[in-house]
Amino acid sequence: MSWLSYTKALNRALADALAEDPSVCLFGEDIGAGLAGPTLGLQKRFGTSRVVDTPLSEQGFTGVAVGAALAGLRPVIEFQIPALLFLVFEQLVNQAHKFSLMTGGQASVPLTCLVPGSGSRDGWAGQHSDHPYGLFAHMGVKTVVPATPTDAYGLLRSAIADPDPVVVFAPAAALGVREDVTGPLPAIPLGQARIHRPGTDVTVVAVGHLVHEALAVARELTEQGISVEVLDPRTLYPFDWDSLGASLEKTGRLVVIDDSNRSCGIGAEILATAAEQYRLTAPPRRITRPDGAVLPFARELDRALQPSGDQLRHAVHAVLKH
Amino acid sequence: MSLRTPADRYRMIRLIRGFEELALELVASGDIVGGTHPYIGQEAVAVGVCSALRPEDRLTSTHRGHGHVLAKGADPARLLAELTGREGGLNRGRGGSMHAADLSLGILGANGIVGAGAPIAVGAAWAAQLAGEPRVVVSFFGDGALNQGVLLESFNLAAMWQVPVVFVCENNGYATTLPAAVAVAGSALGRAEAFGIPAVAVDGMDTEAVREAALAAVDRARSGGGPEFLECSTYRFEGHHTMERRIKLDYRPAEEIASWRERDPLARAAALVGDTTAIDAEVAEQLYQAREFALASPAPDPAGACDHLYASGLRPRAGAVA
Repeated sequence: MSWLSYTKALNRALADALAEDPSVCLFGEDIGAGLAGPTLGLQKRFGTSRVVDTPLSEQGFTGVAVGAALAGLRPVIEFQIPALLFLVFEQLVNQAHKFSLMTGGQASVPLTCLVPGSGSRDGWAGQHSDHPYGLFAHMGVKTVVPATPTDAYGLLRSAIADPDPVVVFAPAAALGVREDVTGPLPAIPLGQARIHRPGTDVTVVAVGHLVHEALAVARELTEQGISVEVLDPRTLYPFDWDSLGASLEKTGRLVVIDDSNRSCGIGAEILATAAEQYRLTAPPRRITRPDGAVLPFARELDRALQPSGDQLRHAVHAVLKH
Repeated sequence: MSLRTPADRYRMIRLIRGFEELALELVASGDIVGGTHPYIGQEAVAVGVCSALRPEDRLTSTHRGHGHVLAKGADPARLLAELTGREGGLNRGRGGSMHAADLSLGILGANGIVGAGAPIAVGAAWAAQLAGEPRVVVSFFGDGALNQGVLLESFNLAAMWQVPVVFVCENNGYATTLPAAVAVAGSALGRAEAFGIPAVAVDGMDTEAVREAALAAVDRARSGGGPEFLECSTYRFEGHHTMERRIKLDYRPAEEIASWRERDPLARAAALVGDTTAIDAEVAEQLYQAREFALASPAPDPAGACDHLYASGLRPRAGAVA
């Protein structure tokens, strides 16, 4: 048994993928030094030709990774901060994602993007604190947000093995999570939700680090006789609608807690689908950042815009009033 | 199709010219929807460069890509079927003129975003270098791409990593309607030279001059000498896009068009061959067959509109629920 941190799980997934498949290679800024954590020690072990420190040219090296993928490799890019994805939206969405369809199935682009530190970290302010997974899910790019170290390991392995582009968001607020693990860790298929805690009264869909907040609230509400089912979608695109449906058939009540902007967010999609397809006992609720939020610097302001356990507790009570 | 002899090269120029004229007809008749970006006038560049390539070499192309795709060996009948949106097209009618690709021939696609092919070419070249394969990748782009940041990032990465890529700038004097004279500060050659990339100015209306420069650049790249840049001065005899046949614009002086037409690469290539009657007849027959094939090929079944969206076979949810 060992004590596995989230960052170490990502590191182990990258190391195992590099060791098992010679077509896997890594690109990114400061990955030789291992500044962000997941690539620590990998350049020493696998060499500078497979673990490539890139200049600060996100569009350039993302396009390079697309070309390398078209030539048969399985590149992984580490982006230190989520905002870099805005720079490379063209390369990821307009090029990598569209190649398969546009070429009539001739080309596949097995490219993985890893963002180890998405969402807010105290003090990183407006341009380093977004959680833009909804943008990629909206465009149909496979999008993964693991909440735990074992999920981080297993989903990153599946992302790298997948023939399509996948973006893996590792929430900054989950990087401190640790887990006891034994033996080799399994790959976890994309598109499968995880029921972290079964319940019968309310389904709480929690994304990323908020799974842990939701579990804390669920434990607390048990004392009040309320049974909360905590569903972690793990993959936001493709979303595991069957698991959501099975949970809602049981509970008939839905609260989504999602640390991204409200309008057109993944929470909106989950609510819309639930309303369209299931008979809900109560109007569903979602807890998100405000519409179009820009996180301010001061800690009090930053926290004020992020979903909280208190808001979740109130929302659960609200859907139970019906 | 081999491009080794002047007669081979004349035949290919004749084919591209005839293909583009046929495409103009089919745009006018409504068989090609969305129009095309005619390559007429620029044929010497595609043919001269591709005559220096081997079958295993690769290229990235542009929105004005038919010449590159044909010169690298694509079947004109299947390219035309792609333009007419048919199942028998290179991309099964999923890409159209701006995304025509044949991965089996190393054609990584025409591209709808100016400059987007450059980093993809560098990535494919990087992959070949990593694998120790003696493949060269050519990146075609126009003068408009000279002002795209990603092109300059690609120059830097290619030069730092000394990958086997040849950058071919087809300077036809205009980025859509904007003259290069008022868009490009410094010079095209200067941009490449700033990154330590050898840069050569070539008469892009002279197939043999382009071929000679391309042979030197390709040989050097293949033997580990790193990237090279060719600026081919050329001219498009038609508008930027076929829509200019309907909207008459006057951004180019009539005398300018006339003076470039006097340097027609077709006539110059023919002069090296002598009697072209037999070749012309063969090409006319080939184009007749291409037209027959393209118009007889079935339109895709609407039920397959999401085929190939994912290489993994994932099917997206439909846009309407029954």
